Amino acid sequence: MLAHLPILQVIVPLMAAPACLILSRPKLVWLFTLLVSTITFFISIFLLQQVMSTGTVSYELGGWSPPWGIEYRIDKLNAFIALIISGVSTVVLLAAQTSIEKEIPENKQTLFYILYLLSLTGMLGIVTTGDAFNVFVFLEISSLSAYSLIALGKDRRALWASFQYLIMGTIGATFILIGIGLMYQMTGTLNMVDLAARLPEVAETRTVTTAYVFFIIGVCLKLALFPLHFWLPNAYTYAPSIVTTFFAATSTKVAAYLLIRFTFSIFGVSFSFTTLPMETLFLALGLLGIFVASTVAIYQQNVKHVFAYSSVAQIGYMIVGFSMSTHAGLSAMLLHMFNHALMKGALFLALGAVMYRIGSTRIDDFRGLGRQMPLTMAAIVIGGLSLIGVPLTVGFVSKWYLVTAAIDKGWWPVAGLVLLGSLLAVVYVWRIVETAYFKTPITGKDPVKEAPMAFLLPVWMLVLANVYFGIDTRMTVEVATGAAQSLFGVAP
Amino acid sequence: MFAVVMLAGIYGLVCASFFVAMDAVDVAFTEASIGAGISTLLMLTTVAMTGRTDHEATHKPLMAFVAVIVTGGLLIYGTFDMPYFGSADAPVHQHVGPHYIYDSIQEIGVPNMVTSVLASYRGFDTFGEVTVIFTAGIGVLALLSVARRPEDDAVMEAINDSMHEKHLILRIVIKTMIPFIVLYAFYVQFHGDYGPGGGFQAGVIFAAGIILYAMLFGLGAARRVITQPVVQMLSALGVLVYGSVGLVSMLNGGSFLDYNVLAADPIAGQHLGILLIELGVGLTVASVMIIIFYSFVGRSQFQKANKGELL
Amino acid sequence: MTMILGLYNYWIVIVLMMIGFYIIIAHGHLIKKIVGLNIFQISVFIFYISLGKVDGGTAPIWQEGIILYSNPLPHVLILTAIVVGIATTALGLALTVRIKEAYGSVNEDEIQAMDNQVMASQEKEPQQC
Repeated sequence: MLAHLPILQVIVPLMAAPACLILSRPKLVWLFTLLVSTITFFISIFLLQQVMSTGTVSYELGGWSPPWGIEYRIDKLNAFIALIISGVSTVVLLAAQTSIEKEIPENKQTLFYILYLLSLTGMLGIVTTGDAFNVFVFLEISSLSAYSLIALGKDRRALWASFQYLIMGTIGATFILIGIGLMYQMTGTLNMVDLAARLPEVAETRTVTTAYVFFIIGVCLKLALFPLHFWLPNAYTYAPSIVTTFFAATSTKVAAYLLIRFTFSIFGVSFSFTTLPMETLFLALGLLGIFVASTVAIYQQNVKHVFAYSSVAQIGYMIVGFSMSTHAGLSAMLLHMFNHALMKGALFLALGAVMYRIGSTRIDDFRGLGRQMPLTMAAIVIGGLSLIGVPLTVGFVSKWYLVTAAIDKGWWPVAGLVLLGSLLAVVYVWRIVETAYFKTPITGKDPVKEAPMAFLLPVWMLVLANVYFGIDTRMTVEVATGAAQSLFGVAP
Repeated sequence: MFAVVMLAGIYGLVCASFFVAMDAVDVAFTEASIGAGISTLLMLTTVAMTGRTDHEATHKPLMAFVAVIVTGGLLIYGTFDMPYFGSADAPVHQHVGPHYIYDSIQEIGVPNMVTSVLASYRGFDTFGEVTVIFTAGIGVLALLSVARRPEDDAVMEAINDSMHEKHLILRIVIKTMIPFIVLYAFYVQFHGDYGPGGGFQAGVIFAAGIILYAMLFGLGAARRVITQPVVQMLSALGVLVYGSVGLVSMLNGGSFLDYNVLAADPIAGQHLGILLIELGVGLTVASVMIIIFYSFVGRSQFQKANKGELL
Repeated sequence: MTMILGLYNYWIVIVLMMIGFYIIIAHGHLIKKIVGLNIFQISVFIFYISLGKVDGGTAPIWQEGIILYSNPLPHVLILTAIVVGIATTALGLALTVRIKEAYGSVNEDEIQAMDNQVMASQEKEPQQC
């Protein structure tokens, strides 16, 4: 059975999704979903251990050897990302039942869990596959379920946000399809390892350049990289809280993974960064993203909007790390991907608890919550500190590695700008803290109770993880640098 | 708006003939039934529900124009180093492709190479695609399904009858056609090994039969023939059948979706595997198409019933 | 001249693609956007199928005595992609129906204007209380 783990990781949630339709009682379905997600989490832990100790694992689907059949290929990079996805998914699901009961009508709750599982399947599928076209198929599974999940939000703006996301997402996916088609045309293969071996021969051609550009634009649309980000804030804000938490913590990571995979292991560093001016371009977009999105975040009236824009800014940090095209920069990016999942997971889930109690996440409704929901607000404070990058939290670890990587590269101004960006985070986090603790609550409102245990448990699990991995960085740093190393070595 | 949708449908049909011209008969078949058939039908339903008029000219044409010129220019730039259309020495025809063409008949024993690649070599892609269609079915259900109250059914029935009584001749003609459509669907389902066809096309054709029935006799009547819970179960079952074939081959010692281990003889195993998964594909595709159609029409009746109450 | 003959097919496809792309961006009507999306995607499909064509080849169904077939792999990929396309279309149309119910409009600008209004009124609220 151990040999089948790479495929089981994807097909367990996949097959569980239609099975949910048979169970049909929402509470039962929730327990089942939670169980399935926990199983995938354990599988991903096993896989990561296996990869760390014995190296890359390959699995031939249908018994056909690549490049004729489809191959699953797990190395340090995707084992790490799969761990983030399945881990966050499991923790978020703990709170799902309580939150969903309030936000989604009962006849749609089962459908919600099915879509959730399909979304999980899609993301894991993208991450684990070693075949370029298979990426497209699973990308569509994850996107279609994402559009539907977002549209389940209560506010009618959720529908419009979802439609915009659908249009942008499909344009992105079609661009990716064009990119894959052009690669296939020039090499005659779809297998990633095979592509990596055959692309250098034709790297000089204009067709390959076009293929890379189209693929990257498509991925950046999905990633919500700065000028292509405008679908993200509304989609995150009006989606059901659980969906927001899950996507904020995972979906951009998947797109970032594709960016890394295709740039580093398939096209190769020398093509992407020497032939094409990707370094300057990504650096500029990353920095612009940090400053513009953080500034916009300061002026938002809805706390979910604040953190959604902050997500766009955090993507900027990842891209800055990416643009360095050095081992240290890439490790910093990977670390930040892991850490950002923990921060945003904790923050959005805490917001879900607020939503559960007061039915709104407008910043003015936060007045007095510091006393009324002390544990939830404390979680938001710690998450916020982590976002800023205060020592003893994971945010500090990311920033530290990013700044040292910039200095290694000799990019002093960049290091300075990254630190300056954190100051903007201080401003928007402070606004929330100030409202919650120091503004008097609106009189005549019913007192609010602390969030139920179903929320507090997962929220504090994530918060404690924020602190734990902020202090004990051995595991994360080892995996991240290991993965970065393998990307700079030979093909995956 | 009506014209726009019809033109889009015609474009789908024209594209299908392009595909035939370029030897892609399977693709043409699918495009004709899906691109020109189902999607036009869905669009017409949507137009009927949202109003035909479009009282607005294009906006931001300049920005769109620039974006289009840049993207198109980049693509044209990319074509200059492409191998020429139809040339046999293009990389596409050198590396992976020939293996499918020359070895699949020994390895799988199915004359239609598209079926061998689809169902066996790249069987997992197809599994993913069945999941995509299942996802769409669930998504549409989540968006459009309405909790049905028994008293509404009567109202809707009345609306239906008033709509359909006029078309007596059509009803009789279609009623005699439906068995043949369904029969043809089964032919396409099981003949996919030898000629163009397979689970997708068969599923769509089967669904078309049911949809025709629903259009002429009303949603209520169709729902009595194939009820909503049954279609939902069937759509889930299709995915499960496909997946189970994979799991069984895993238990038999092969890897996921390795049909060689399903029977004593690899070729027989391949045949069995392909038959079963095509069945799964057909089940899911047909039932999801029906679900989508039911949901759209159900929603529009729900809207009408609500309007009636308001009046 | 050989270049034009060799590449004309791709150029036509690109023109078709760009027509679809233009419709998506430029039109405000939601159904038209989805029609544009469809045209865009189908044109990409034609591009893939053209990759598989071999001069003098026939449809990839094995028959005694025929040696030259077109490449089946692009066909398989596009079969998958067509199904993905219809899935997206169905979902997009379902969303359109819901948007029409919720906003009473299927026009991008009108919907955006309504949302902006809601936003503006929310920002003013705090002064009232």
